[in-house]
Amino acid sequence: MSEPLLTIDGVTKTFHVARSASGNTRLKALDGISLTVGRGETLGLVGESGCGKSTLARTLMMLETPDEGTVTFEGTNPFGLRGKELLSWRRRVQMVFQDPFASLNARMNAGDIIAEPWATHRGLYPTSRERQARVSELLHMVGLRPSDARKSPQEFSGGQRQRIGIARALALNPDVIILDEPVSALDLSVQAQVLNLLNELQQELGVSYIFISHDLTVVRHVADRVAVMYLGRIIETGATEEVFDHPRHPYTAALMSASPKLDVSGTRRDRIVLQGELPSPLDPPSGCRFRTRCWKAQDICADVSPEPQVLAAPDGTKHVAECHFPLDSIKGLTGAAAPAAAVPVQ
Amino acid sequence: MKTAAQQAPIQRAGEAAGAATGQAKAHDVVLQVRDLAVDIRTHRGTVRAVNSVAFEARAGETLALLGESGCGKSMTAKALAGIMDPVCDLADGEIVLNGTDLAALSAKERLKFAGPELGIVFQDALTALNPVYTVGTQLGEAFRIHRGLNAKQARAEAIDLMKRVGIPEPESRVNSYPHQFSGGMRQRILIAMAVALNPRLLIADEPTTALDVTVQAQIMQLLRKLREEGQMAVILITHDLAVVAEEADSVAVMYAGNVVESGPVSEVFADPRHPYTKGLLESVPVHLERGAKLKSIAGSPPELHDIPAGCVYQSRCPLVQDICRAERPVLRPAAIPSGTEPRPARTAACHFSEEINNV
Repeated sequence: MSEPLLTIDGVTKTFHVARSASGNTRLKALDGISLTVGRGETLGLVGESGCGKSTLARTLMMLETPDEGTVTFEGTNPFGLRGKELLSWRRRVQMVFQDPFASLNARMNAGDIIAEPWATHRGLYPTSRERQARVSELLHMVGLRPSDARKSPQEFSGGQRQRIGIARALALNPDVIILDEPVSALDLSVQAQVLNLLNELQQELGVSYIFISHDLTVVRHVADRVAVMYLGRIIETGATEEVFDHPRHPYTAALMSASPKLDVSGTRRDRIVLQGELPSPLDPPSGCRFRTRCWKAQDICADVSPEPQVLAAPDGTKHVAECHFPLDSIKGLTGAAAPAAAVPVQ
Repeated sequence: MKTAAQQAPIQRAGEAAGAATGQAKAHDVVLQVRDLAVDIRTHRGTVRAVNSVAFEARAGETLALLGESGCGKSMTAKALAGIMDPVCDLADGEIVLNGTDLAALSAKERLKFAGPELGIVFQDALTALNPVYTVGTQLGEAFRIHRGLNAKQARAEAIDLMKRVGIPEPESRVNSYPHQFSGGMRQRILIAMAVALNPRLLIADEPTTALDVTVQAQIMQLLRKLREEGQMAVILITHDLAVVAEEADSVAVMYAGNVVESGPVSEVFADPRHPYTKGLLESVPVHLERGAKLKSIAGSPPELHDIPAGCVYQSRCPLVQDICRAERPVLRPAAIPSGTEPRPARTAACHFSEEINNV
């Protein structure tokens, strides 16, 4: 792979909370997150509520400052930038939000919503005529009509509102768009329209996506690579097919297994139904964070935090899991992926 | 009524309804809905939100009501349970639960059925539970009202119920308030309230939509277990095709207030006979190359005050003809193309349900 556009290395973010049941007031939302995002690539970020997905997204938007670790964007650390340089960096990372009803100002019309980023980034389209032309162009790109610019958000359906949200994110010609559950508020038939649109825009503009979703079917369809989060850590990453077809971390396997499948053959699958619930992030388990719900856990899991291990993937892609006892790759695939082949990273 | 308190919790508490005689046998028809219609009074006039809906639910089986937001599936559930908003009217139809037509009863008479005969689980457990009462009080309410138990006996029943739905340490947690439970545990409490009096029919309105997938799997497992134990008929309301495929025996697909197709899930999903069902199935990104273009249904559903004459799906249908604009298709047995007899269990409301695979 060519030089990644965005590199996140060992990012940690701790919040202080006023009080908690356990008496612990430090909430480690991100605990040593390392990731890369390539140019034009879609990284799928999956995990359950409270695992830190949104904090990670907010950190990449520079809405949170990491306590430790570095974020590198094309060789520069955005957290070191000030003034004009910072402004021009902010242009390059944009976000599309989950709720198309809450994320558009009901008192503005669609055109003003899309044009609003230019009020901050004045140099981009300085004249009113340029701005108007660009709004029309953006509306056209997201499948709306230029005349829609004068309508207010209430006049649009949920799918159309999400298109406006996408147009607003595109207004600053970003390099990376963080899509935070972009289709989960939409009905299925409309969801497919928006996913197609996102795909077309990526082909056309070469923009990278960080696609946050709890819907594994959708992630499998859109993502080139997947990162699975659990309690502030990334516990498994790899190429999408590889992670979905051969999950190595027990949590990933459970997550895939728990997700309902549209299989019309009528055969009921055996499912891994995890017992218990996500532990409180204020009081995470010692050692491996998943051990309290893991069926493979042994003594070592409570004592030693597992290091990320590069596991041999049959297709030669990089597959990393943080587990003392990674699951066997499904048999019958050239036998390349025995657990013994696992080596620690770096 | 005191004697009822001595009954084991698994036994049926059907006295209030008067018609119950022991546990229903598997596959018996528990609920039959015919020609159900619900009107909403709005400031723009009366609109029909549910129109000639018909289906049946059987003991020990799950019927899914599948549809997108605004299709009338939750409105149907509320009409069945008799808990519609004041601006809604039951305009027409029969709701025959275990031999009694609920639609013909007064609101007061229907109250006797809520709990012993019919339970409902809502989507959002935090708003469905009262924040100022302990869960023990809320779980015990059904026993106090329908069985005349005192507070202490009701509390014991509440603890039993909490055990049944898998809430750990029920003896201490019975005194906790809803906000002290996680989302999954709150949903269990809501389910416990619905099944407290062992109803024959359980309506679950998007019971797992607000939950994470690993918790969703736990809740679905619990619903299956309770269904088996009590031979309940379950009506599962959902927008999620995969949940229907995994959990339901039969399905009724709704669109713009109408049932457009129904039948056994395996048959409907393998060989849809309504273009809307087919369109929905094709919108799911499965069995596709990654990034390949998804088939989607163009446009969006009609507004309720703007439902066209003729077929409700005409504006989005690839098969639309003049007859579709003139005449609304009724739900009729879906013909099987190879010339075999149409089976009554499968129905579709489409003028061209035989030609659907030529799309």
